[in-house]
Amino acid sequence: MTDIPNPTPPQKAKAISPLRASMLDFAASPLAMIGLFVMLVMALSAIFAPWITPQNPYDLSQLSIMDNNMPPGSQSFTGQTYWLGTDPQGRDMLSAIIYGLRMSLMVAVTATLCALAIGMAMGIMAAYFGGRIDTLIMRVVDLQLSFPAILVALILLAILGKGVDKVIIALVIVQWAYYARTVRGSALVERQRDYIAAARGLGLGHARVMFRHLLPNTLPPLIVVATVQIAQAIALEATLSFLGVGVPVTEPSLGLLIANGYSYLLSGAYWISVYPGIALLVAIIAINLVGDQLRDVLNPRLRR
Amino acid sequence: MVAYLLRRLGQSLLAVIAMAVLVFIGVYAIGNPVDILINPEATERQRLEVMERMGLDRPLWEQFWVYFGNLLQGDFGRSFVYGESAMSVILQRLPATMELALFALVLAIVFGVPLGVIAGLKPDTITGRSIMAGSILGFSLPNFWQGLMMILIFAVFLGWLPAGGRGQTTEFLGMRVSFLNADGLKHMILPAINLALFKMALVIRLARAGTREVMMQDYIKFARAKGLSYRRVVFVHVLKNIMIPVVTILGLELGSMIAFAVVTETVFAWPGMGKLLIDSINRLDRPVIVAYLMLIVFLFVLINFLVDLLYSALDPRVRLAQRGAQ
Repeated sequence: MTDIPNPTPPQKAKAISPLRASMLDFAASPLAMIGLFVMLVMALSAIFAPWITPQNPYDLSQLSIMDNNMPPGSQSFTGQTYWLGTDPQGRDMLSAIIYGLRMSLMVAVTATLCALAIGMAMGIMAAYFGGRIDTLIMRVVDLQLSFPAILVALILLAILGKGVDKVIIALVIVQWAYYARTVRGSALVERQRDYIAAARGLGLGHARVMFRHLLPNTLPPLIVVATVQIAQAIALEATLSFLGVGVPVTEPSLGLLIANGYSYLLSGAYWISVYPGIALLVAIIAINLVGDQLRDVLNPRLRR
Repeated sequence: MVAYLLRRLGQSLLAVIAMAVLVFIGVYAIGNPVDILINPEATERQRLEVMERMGLDRPLWEQFWVYFGNLLQGDFGRSFVYGESAMSVILQRLPATMELALFALVLAIVFGVPLGVIAGLKPDTITGRSIMAGSILGFSLPNFWQGLMMILIFAVFLGWLPAGGRGQTTEFLGMRVSFLNADGLKHMILPAINLALFKMALVIRLARAGTREVMMQDYIKFARAKGLSYRRVVFVHVLKNIMIPVVTILGLELGSMIAFAVVTETVFAWPGMGKLLIDSINRLDRPVIVAYLMLIVFLFVLINFLVDLLYSALDPRVRLAQRGAQ
């Protein structure tokens, strides 16, 4: 046969890396993009708070008691406009909110990252070693998850006392169990795969197999859980601070700002409580929108 | 069954003991028990006296037995603020919290189930979608924030309902309750809705998922084919089948409702156990804190135990799995 058909050259498929594909999938939802945008704006304003706020709300020399309890949009003594009004100390609410957001995000993100690290290590170990270690770790996880997060956090703070560091510790202890459970679930499946046996066969140590081979493959579901958990951590921190067992008065988060304005709510000065509340609401909703879309994108079962 | 029951009981006891040990470590080993258990305003002589009575001068392991013995007798020391036994201070507040939690539970079912069924029957309509969006908000927004907004709208702007407090109470079975008179009921509406919102969101999701599943079953098709009206199918066949998971989950959630009541009670100044806990933390009234912790742990373990028992009674698979494991 002379005319052997030329094997058709392999279709030059548009080389889209999996990461890029996921990003495109993510961008398909306008709602999620709005959420991402809001999240970025909030994160940036929190990071650069000292440079972008009209005043430093905790530098007493910059506050003027003459300007106390002004409704939103009022002019200050010096002609500056208080877009969101002032509190009883004459503090610009906009600045206070951005600083509060900084505190809230700092606590939530730090706690989530620490909890993620601990939970990940525990979950991987439980799945990898199995047996007694698995039973022990998962018993603790089960015991802890049978109590609501708010209660565990309250118990811890009642014993530890107030403080930024203590709130972070409480949030870490509350959250690690979620990650441990998530990681263990996906790691149990991955552990059966051949590449793990191959890695062990090469003589790699347990730690290397666990953290370099097993861990990366359990990340997608973890990213989703972590995103949603940041929102949960913000809400929980706000609740604890609102109850007066969270961050100290000198470094208020959004929750504490809301609590401070609470007593003025009934006398009609709604802005002291409501605007920090709206900031909290927007932050939580934005993160949830992003988390929902991430879940859809990273879950292969939902892929069309 | 008896063996299972005993084993489960043993596990529950172990959980309570574990918590007692944790609280002991928290209070005695990490913190300074002298500061924690003795009123900071006490004189030096009172301090020594209490230390001796509570055995704080003895070695740690001996202290543990004393603590544990007192615990078994329900003795958590005296409240600094009220001067009474810490446990009785808490038990006085228990009815207010239980009343609120039960009322909220009823609200969550009465509103959550119909909304969830509607969302499950019409998942792609605007109604269905808005119900689900609402339930997501109910899930993700902090409880205290929802409460504040309710106060702002219904108490400050509209002036329809009181912003806080318990209002008038009536004597009922030896407890003071609010739901038997108009004023008390008016005070209870906002806090109860606030406490119910989160659970309502949960019930909506459960009912929706259940409805979607049940609607695809053959017995529903058969019921329709038999000529039963749509209404009857929904109200009898669907509703009956989705209520099992809803009721079990809510039974489990009663404990977390009591825990969440801490937030709601603080927002609405409702004089229950939760507000007492927060007040005690702020006033450093530690015996009350410890007593509250142990009581709530006990309640949780008890509820979990009862639910497990109910499961194995209702669902033979659980029992058989237990037997197979032995």
